[in-house]
Amino acid sequence: MEQAGYPDDLLYHPDHDWARIDPANPDEATFGITWYAQDALGEVVFFDPPKLGTRVTKDEPYTEIESVKAVSDVIGPLSGEVVAVNDALADSPEAINEDPYGAGWLVRVRLSDPSERESLLDAAAYRASLGS
Amino acid sequence: MSATAADDQLTIFERSRAGRRAFVAPASDVPERPLDELLPARLRRAAPARLPEVSEPEIVRHYNRLSRRNFDLDTGFYPLGSCTMKHNPRLHERVAALDGNARLHPLQDPRRAQGALELMWRLQEALGEIAGLPHVSLQPSAGSHGELAGVLLTRAYHEDRGERRTKVLAPDTAHGTNPATVTMGGYEVVHVGTDADGNVDLEDLRAKATEDVACLMLTNPSTLGLFERGIQQIAEIVHGVGATLYYDGANLNAIMGICRPGDMGFDIVHFNLHKTFAQPHGGGGPGAGPVAVADHIEPFLPRPQVVRREGAPDDTIGTGSDGRLGHFDLDYDRPRSIGRLRGFQGNYGVFVRAYAYIRSLGAAGLRDVSETAVLNANYLLARLRAIGVAERLPVAYDRVCMHEFVLSGAPMKRDLEIRTLDLAKRLLDHGVHPPTVYFPLVVDEALMIEPTETETRETLDRFADTIAEILREAAQDPEIARTAPHTTPVRRLDEAGAARHPVIRQAL
Repeated sequence: MEQAGYPDDLLYHPDHDWARIDPANPDEATFGITWYAQDALGEVVFFDPPKLGTRVTKDEPYTEIESVKAVSDVIGPLSGEVVAVNDALADSPEAINEDPYGAGWLVRVRLSDPSERESLLDAAAYRASLGS
Repeated sequence: MSATAADDQLTIFERSRAGRRAFVAPASDVPERPLDELLPARLRRAAPARLPEVSEPEIVRHYNRLSRRNFDLDTGFYPLGSCTMKHNPRLHERVAALDGNARLHPLQDPRRAQGALELMWRLQEALGEIAGLPHVSLQPSAGSHGELAGVLLTRAYHEDRGERRTKVLAPDTAHGTNPATVTMGGYEVVHVGTDADGNVDLEDLRAKATEDVACLMLTNPSTLGLFERGIQQIAEIVHGVGATLYYDGANLNAIMGICRPGDMGFDIVHFNLHKTFAQPHGGGGPGAGPVAVADHIEPFLPRPQVVRREGAPDDTIGTGSDGRLGHFDLDYDRPRSIGRLRGFQGNYGVFVRAYAYIRSLGAAGLRDVSETAVLNANYLLARLRAIGVAERLPVAYDRVCMHEFVLSGAPMKRDLEIRTLDLAKRLLDHGVHPPTVYFPLVVDEALMIEPTETETRETLDRFADTIAEILREAAQDPEIARTAPHTTPVRRLDEAGAARHPVIRQAL
């Protein structure tokens, strides 16, 4: 088992998703699932890529990830519209396990309500929510 | 790899040598007709089929070897939760093998198959009594097939009343087949939550039970092995919005002769004859998933139905085995039926074994089956607690369980750094089939154990000791479990690799 980690530059949703917002481009965010989520899922075998233009609503599922254990919903940490999808995951879904904050990113979203980020957790608060 | 091990890996085609033969048919002693008269050349193969050419002892050894690589109930303990892997009494095989049962042709005229039809009719009657619902169809041939029948019956019932409903409710602990069946039946699945005690969350159910809900699919006891205490309120809520209440019979082994789904308010029930009624299963079939329904669903049952008619047509025997005048028939005159669900009448051999099971046990015996199944599960749970396993594998919901229980491997994963999957794989090295793992999804690192009524106390004790032994071993060296199994014909399979890069074509 790789070591758990929760980078400080990300925002976290309690349902184990992260959002990365580049200060130079605060209207867009990259989404992915956390180390905890990929560890709980087990080895990921399929990521169902949403179509470009798909509306993502905060707290609602926007796509699915299939692991050897189960098919699970992926929850949107923020609301917006999908502007890019990580196509490389089609051939190597294991990137979600191996590098959940890097090569395992899922989608890029143009945010419809950037103020929503206020309700997300920082790394310390998310770690505390995991009880570790 | 030793010579024997290498030989073990050969396929029947790799054993083939040109010209080698097993049985050779003697020369024909009747006049032969030219092949062209029997089958035109354009319909025949240009070259002979490429079949393996092997001697008879090689064939026998090959398949005998393969059979020994299997794990089955005749080999060892098989506590696969939600699957009811109980012993299959050998008496049933004798009965199923009787010529009148085994050699009956499925196209036999019903007038010449009265015995078989009577057996099916009596099985319907018995199942109806066990379910507390009077009308039974034996056609569905698997649990999932029974579920599909249930959803199609629900649709037919609502459409007959001129109603168009779009959703079906299922608990978040439901068998995966429930949402799959709902989707296949053209409905949208809506999940209902589980409360702190492991029951259906009644508040959530009330909120989601709207006028566009067609059905609630439920199993009782639930997949957590717990009796749904609120079943009466659940039935009231579901019927209050005009929906049907569907009973997934996977867990019927816990309640036979004690309480009946029909009395709980269920409208449609499916049985798994291959689970509850002791059929050999686990190899993909054949199974049987009959459905029992209430009066208001009866008109929609599959066609044809096995029925008993009064009076005897001229050329039948005239009476059933109880001496009553009458005969048995296939009733096609069912205008509102959902239609046929399969060819012929179902897996007849399964019916014979199930009927033999029910008749040899009787009502009191069936109740004893369920009571012993529940007792065995509670004994095993208590035993695991008594020897300290519960610290690492606590029960997910701390209540008296029914015929099975669900443990959580989360503390084991945290403290010993082995997952439930590793424990399951290590059990194989101890000659035990692993329990169901990672289901239901609401339990982290779930391990679902169903010992059934046919195991002895010694077997249960040995299983508990084995789990304790694996935990002790992992505390010393977790790598042994992580790389298990070590003694099986194939070792740890690359499940993720198989799913990511499936090889779906094997060249011969």
